[in-house]
Amino acid sequence: MREYTERIREAAKRLLSEQRVDTVIGFRRGTVPFMNEPFLVKSVDQVDQLYWDSNCGINLANYLPKRTDRVAVVAKGCDSRNIVVHLLENQINRDQLYILGAPCRGMVDKRRMMADLKGKEPLHAEENGKEIKVSGRGFQVTFDRQTYLQSNCAICTHRNPVVYDELLGDPVEEQQGVDRYPDVRRIEAMSVDERWRYFQELIAPCIRCYACRNACPLCYCPTCFVDESRPQWVGKTIDPTDTLTFHFLRAYHMAGRCTDCGSCERACPVGIEVRKFTKKLEKEVKELYGYEAGVIPDQRPPLDTFKPGDPEPFIK
Amino acid sequence: MSEWEPKIVAFLCNWCSYGAADLAGVSRLQYPANIRIIRVPCSGRVNPKFILAAFRSGADGVWVSGCHPGDCHYIEGNLYARRKFALLNSQLEYTGIVEPGRLHFSWISSAEATKFAEVARGVIDAVKAAGPARHFIKKQAEVA
Repeated sequence: MREYTERIREAAKRLLSEQRVDTVIGFRRGTVPFMNEPFLVKSVDQVDQLYWDSNCGINLANYLPKRTDRVAVVAKGCDSRNIVVHLLENQINRDQLYILGAPCRGMVDKRRMMADLKGKEPLHAEENGKEIKVSGRGFQVTFDRQTYLQSNCAICTHRNPVVYDELLGDPVEEQQGVDRYPDVRRIEAMSVDERWRYFQELIAPCIRCYACRNACPLCYCPTCFVDESRPQWVGKTIDPTDTLTFHFLRAYHMAGRCTDCGSCERACPVGIEVRKFTKKLEKEVKELYGYEAGVIPDQRPPLDTFKPGDPEPFIK
Repeated sequence: MSEWEPKIVAFLCNWCSYGAADLAGVSRLQYPANIRIIRVPCSGRVNPKFILAAFRSGADGVWVSGCHPGDCHYIEGNLYARRKFALLNSQLEYTGIVEPGRLHFSWISSAEATKFAEVARGVIDAVKAAGPARHFIKKQAEVA
């Protein structure tokens, strides 16, 4: 994926100097390995800081809602689906956007690599197509890229951008025959008490920092329900009921909109698998209404519409 | 201690189910007094937060009732609500917050007083079978 770096720099230089856009949103290298950071470029002399490798998991669509300038944005498959969701929800106009589509082979999970380094501090990471070479003081390790993919990337079925103005590389082959929901089915098979305990344990480490909310491109409400005080739906403490209410409602707000980009999980400082909440909704929406978020640009989101014959087995 | 009786919060649509409750009363139809009715303008007005808030404050059961599909006073409020509740219902069971038998939905028109009394009895029996709410109750700070 490194080869995109030059393409992104070239496109950014061209778009900025021709004044096609005011801002380019991409990534630049972080100060430590595996930690690329989102970067807003406003002038041509910053263009060479733009960078791309397998650590660009943050969803850049997060920086688009309610922008007033013309922006170019680098978009992986999931980012482009979130851009479609933004367009459907009138968060930005298509003519403000110049989308640099990045066909993606998945981003790597920093957390699992760090765990396997067992406390050794990586100082430098270099990758080619298949491997990631990590070195630090007195050690060198090679990780296989494919085995360290983020869990959502491993089951991704939309690697190529769905909307774009320009592609940064040839489209990649989509993964076929992926089972997206083995973990959901495993939880569904539990008894109700087991499920309760499972989710209690899942969110037990939560410190209510709201990183999952802030990293999510769908969370753009001017006032989030957790910040409302009259009425106050959720307490601000780390009381288990409050924490579960937060995670439940956060996930519920993603119903039919979540593209499973994994930003929430990547952002979580304590490593909670928050996608366990959203994936069930994704599965339900697909089964009940045959909808996948952000794939078809002119299809209304499932909770924004209805059909006369929608399934209602739960209603008396 | 007397036998436990469940507390059930019922969100009833003003234009149908609330009328049905009224008609059931006028017709002297009998059903146990476990439901606390909250009148809402439409089942589409029932925000999922309301249902969570009821459970958080210790309700043993929640019942939402509105007009039959196609009969909504606001044309389509209950049709949007149906999708919203389908996802809410499955997600609440999935996370174990709500055991089967605590959360109920129904369509009852204002003429269906007998159906109202029947469903009310059914809801109350189901919540009794589920027992007192155990999970997901927000403990209030004790004031000295």
